[in-house]
Amino acid sequence: MSSSWPLWEVFVRGKRGLNHVHVGSLHAPDAEMALRNARDVYTRRNEGVSIWVVPATAITASSPDEKDPFFEPSGDKVYRHPTFYEIPEDVPHL
Amino acid sequence: MDLEAQFERTVAAEQRVEPRDWMPDGYRRTLVRQIAQHAHSEIIGMQPEGNWISRAPSLRRKAILLAKVQDEAGHGLYLYAATETLGADRADLTEKLISGKQKYSSIFNYPTLSYADVGVIGWLVDGAAICNQVPLCRTSYGPYARAMIRICKEESFHQRQGYELLLTMMGGTDAQRAMVQESVNRWWWPSLMMFGPPDAESANTEQSMAWRIKRNTNDELRQKFVDMTVPQAEKLGVTLPDPALKWNEERGHHDFGQPDWDEFWQVVGGNGPTNAQRIAHRRKAHEDGEWVRAAAAAHAAKRRVQEDVA
Repeated sequence: MSSSWPLWEVFVRGKRGLNHVHVGSLHAPDAEMALRNARDVYTRRNEGVSIWVVPATAITASSPDEKDPFFEPSGDKVYRHPTFYEIPEDVPHL
Repeated sequence: MDLEAQFERTVAAEQRVEPRDWMPDGYRRTLVRQIAQHAHSEIIGMQPEGNWISRAPSLRRKAILLAKVQDEAGHGLYLYAATETLGADRADLTEKLISGKQKYSSIFNYPTLSYADVGVIGWLVDGAAICNQVPLCRTSYGPYARAMIRICKEESFHQRQGYELLLTMMGGTDAQRAMVQESVNRWWWPSLMMFGPPDAESANTEQSMAWRIKRNTNDELRQKFVDMTVPQAEKLGVTLPDPALKWNEERGHHDFGQPDWDEFWQVVGGNGPTNAQRIAHRRKAHEDGEWVRAAAAAHAAKRRVQEDVA
């Protein structure tokens, strides 16, 4: 096709108080059209109060191949979790 | 652990495979073929019902039908987006559809001859689609499963509007009731064909089940659809056109006759009543839209230049 449009990733805030969440992607010639298309494709039933569109090429992601070493630093730090600590049962509010 | 073993373990543990995970070439190919075919079906599926938008009997029915056809477009887009996470190219898929290299569901190669068809398509065709699609919400490929969850939520509206339309017509005149029955007679067998050929002849089922792309066999889903539909038909007051259809106490299911599989293969092979018309229409819409796509791209490029200067 002579005029293919770039890919945009779409993030929608479902309602006030929630994070924007990735819902899918679409093609559009520019950011403004991407927003309008995202409204029509991803929020036909009041699924959102706010939309972000991001050029797919602008996203940097950790690779699944490096998954184990990349997330390893937090893997062996059990002392970061509250359940690591033993507290007598009769201590209140802790 | 080698990549293939890790993939097999992920699938076996009912975890989802995500876009950048390693996956076997066959898994990727099967998914692209299946999801693209599904996307094409949604897009081509806009035509049979779109045929009645301008002739809907009231503003209410017209607004409903417009919303439904717009949903089909949305479903097509969710699914095309899922194929793109597998490395497929949107323009290439469109080209494959309009050149006949990729298929879409054969059900859309039947014409919509009366307004009752709008109701029957919602009830039977979308009902069969829901039977097929609900298990796909648990399919092993993450983006496909997520698209199916959105689609299933919206299909429920499609089926209910169809059934309500038919209930309204069945409460009308004898002529309206006859129109509904005539429509059911035409759509019943093609609806049963939507589940694909019998398991013994289904080339792709076994591997797709092993990869948990497909979750049930064609015959299982067909049986489920028949069992669900029979009481709905009774309530509606229509007869399903199958003399062999009856409750089997022993099996706890309905027995039913087989569709005409020769007809099925004829339609799949391109010889259905509207195959040529559907593709010609899609091709024309695509080609007529080229100047819009080009103009929007040119406008965006021009604006980028202006912003760079400013």
